[in-house]
Amino acid sequence: MFKKLALTAALTLSLGTGAFAAGGEGKVTDYQFSFEGPFGTFDQMQLQRGLQVYTQVCAACHGLKYVPIRTLTSEDGPGMPEEQVRAYAEQNFEVYDEEIDDWRPASFNDHFPENNAAGAPDLSLMAKARAGFHGPYGTGLNQLFKGMGGAEYIASLLTGYTGNDKEEAGTILYENTAYGGYYSMAQPLWGDDVEYADGTEATIEQQAQDVAAFLMWAAEPKMMARKEAGFTGVLFLTVLSVLLYLTNKRIWAPIKARAKEDS
Amino acid sequence: MSGIPHDHYEPTTGGEKWLHRRLPIVGLLYDTIMIPTPKNLNWMWIWGIVLTFCLVLQIVTGIVLVMHYTPDTELAFASVEHIMRNVNGGHMLRYLHQNGASLFFIAVYAHIFRSLYYGSYKSPREVTWIIGILIYLLMMGTAFMGYVLPWGQMSFWGATVITGLFGAIPFVGETLQTWLLGGPAVDNYTLTRFFSLHYLFPFLIAGLTIVHIWAFHTTGNNNPTGVEVRRTSKADAEKDTVPFWPYFVIKDLFALGVIFAIFFAIVGFMPNYLGHPDNYIEADPLVTPAHIVPEWYFLPFYAILRAFTADVWLVQLTSFITGGIIDAKFFGVLAMFGSIAVIALAPWLDTSSVRSGRYRPMLKWWFWILVADFFFLMWLGAMPAEEPYATLSLIGSAYWFAYFLVILPLLGVIEKPLPQPETIEEDFKASIAKKKSGGSAIVDPTPAE
Repeated sequence: MFKKLALTAALTLSLGTGAFAAGGEGKVTDYQFSFEGPFGTFDQMQLQRGLQVYTQVCAACHGLKYVPIRTLTSEDGPGMPEEQVRAYAEQNFEVYDEEIDDWRPASFNDHFPENNAAGAPDLSLMAKARAGFHGPYGTGLNQLFKGMGGAEYIASLLTGYTGNDKEEAGTILYENTAYGGYYSMAQPLWGDDVEYADGTEATIEQQAQDVAAFLMWAAEPKMMARKEAGFTGVLFLTVLSVLLYLTNKRIWAPIKARAKEDS
Repeated sequence: MSGIPHDHYEPTTGGEKWLHRRLPIVGLLYDTIMIPTPKNLNWMWIWGIVLTFCLVLQIVTGIVLVMHYTPDTELAFASVEHIMRNVNGGHMLRYLHQNGASLFFIAVYAHIFRSLYYGSYKSPREVTWIIGILIYLLMMGTAFMGYVLPWGQMSFWGATVITGLFGAIPFVGETLQTWLLGGPAVDNYTLTRFFSLHYLFPFLIAGLTIVHIWAFHTTGNNNPTGVEVRRTSKADAEKDTVPFWPYFVIKDLFALGVIFAIFFAIVGFMPNYLGHPDNYIEADPLVTPAHIVPEWYFLPFYAILRAFTADVWLVQLTSFITGGIIDAKFFGVLAMFGSIAVIALAPWLDTSSVRSGRYRPMLKWWFWILVADFFFLMWLGAMPAEEPYATLSLIGSAYWFAYFLVILPLLGVIEKPLPQPETIEEDFKASIAKKKSGGSAIVDPTPAE
């Protein structure tokens, strides 16, 4: 019965996400990210590079309105020094201040500004609002092993342009293999779009993965604290379960011994 | 409390006697926790405790989440992000609450299927069963409204689709739908009333849970043999039972520990696995998602809802007979609610004199097909509404109804049950003896486990 139950539970879990099959039949590359798996953590250098790509390329059209700029100092995130973050905010963004009824340079405590130039969606939660993997047969089972694939989807999208385009109702659409069809955003990365301070070569693939990692952090800034809590929880509950198992065995022993004698 | 004869609470000290004369609450708690419980309960009898803990978990995390959440269409989505980013431990509270709903439903389905297999719904436990079904319906209502609160795309469109079902009811449908929503479409007035009811329902569930426990403490627990505890004398009863404390409390807590360890692994390492990515996009009434899919625990019934399309002959016949009053959409709604109603009616549809599926060689097969059918429908509920899924959904739905409306009544007549043990004590001893001999018994008395 217990075995059946475990199987049932596994099935229940696996069937829960069949829904994702809906999101297009594009080709998503299973990129390796440092934050995958139960013990995966963010790579600070990669997040900083990703921030650079976001700031110099994506931010032209996309906003990050739910992300407070101050969180860039987070040790579980990009971990940048406070002074550097203050300077970054001032130099790169302007926000509208209701009190002075005017625009001013962004400060440490502001959020990244909203931006939906040309209808570009906000990117704060994009890495959680997309799933890269769906199968097999729409069961979502492979997410158990590969993860949800939000970051993989973003990186695949940025590297998935074929160069073909077409015009539809006055809009130019661009063919993309990750999207699995024609897509409204023109190819944003071409290689060497930014110059990395740490000397990493800024290929399209490198930049795509860096910004995807950064967006994963933006969407899930407490990921490392969450995994830690999960690990602590599992550990304590396992110890507790072992103790309860032994207690249970002990208190039932006389009852079972009596039944054994009688039979 | 009537039922199995056992020792009752006797106040000894002066203070205890003083209180007992005025309010016998200690006696009530004592009798509840010391209730004689069949010795032979197996691991499928742990789900009650798991469910109780789920309810507590959801209420506790929910109360704290409410302190930071804002039920307003302009602010709801942002307030959830505020919880996820700025509130101390907020991301854990939110993920525990979100995944807690899934654990709640995994447990309730295990609990329901256990009852279906071991005949726990049968006389004299029909009232326990009906109250259980009411709790399950309230759980579905609570979960559905809770899913609307983050105001993501699936929240909004799920609410639109599901409340639209009520609009399919002839004559009063539109009025009813408007009344439920608070206006012509899902909007702020819908969000605020869903929020209010989402907070209320768990307390109704808590109340019904007490009645549920009261009911089965009156009849006594069912057990894997389905044989009743002997009530001829206290000595006889004690041969069949042990007190709930400490024997089953510790056993249940152990099971709970294991289940919560797995639960914490899911919350900690893959909290979004059971959710839908679209709900991380703020609700937009102008953009319909490519596929509107309910949460996994609604999928089997969603599949039944969608199975009965206008080209099914049964739907056409019903529509013809009722002069078009029952159209395909309303038929689907009736089928969905009917699929739960037949579960509620199981005590009266099951004609067998034998309670436990362990001694029912034919039921066993049909039961496991029903379990498989449940998962099959769950998978179909997540698939797009096109062939071959439409036909498969129809087959799955047909079996669901056939199990309750045809197979259960028929089996009582045609099935030849296996011999049952005389007493619970006998079964308990047999299981101990079996373990002693290394489980190598040639004649396995419990083939289903």
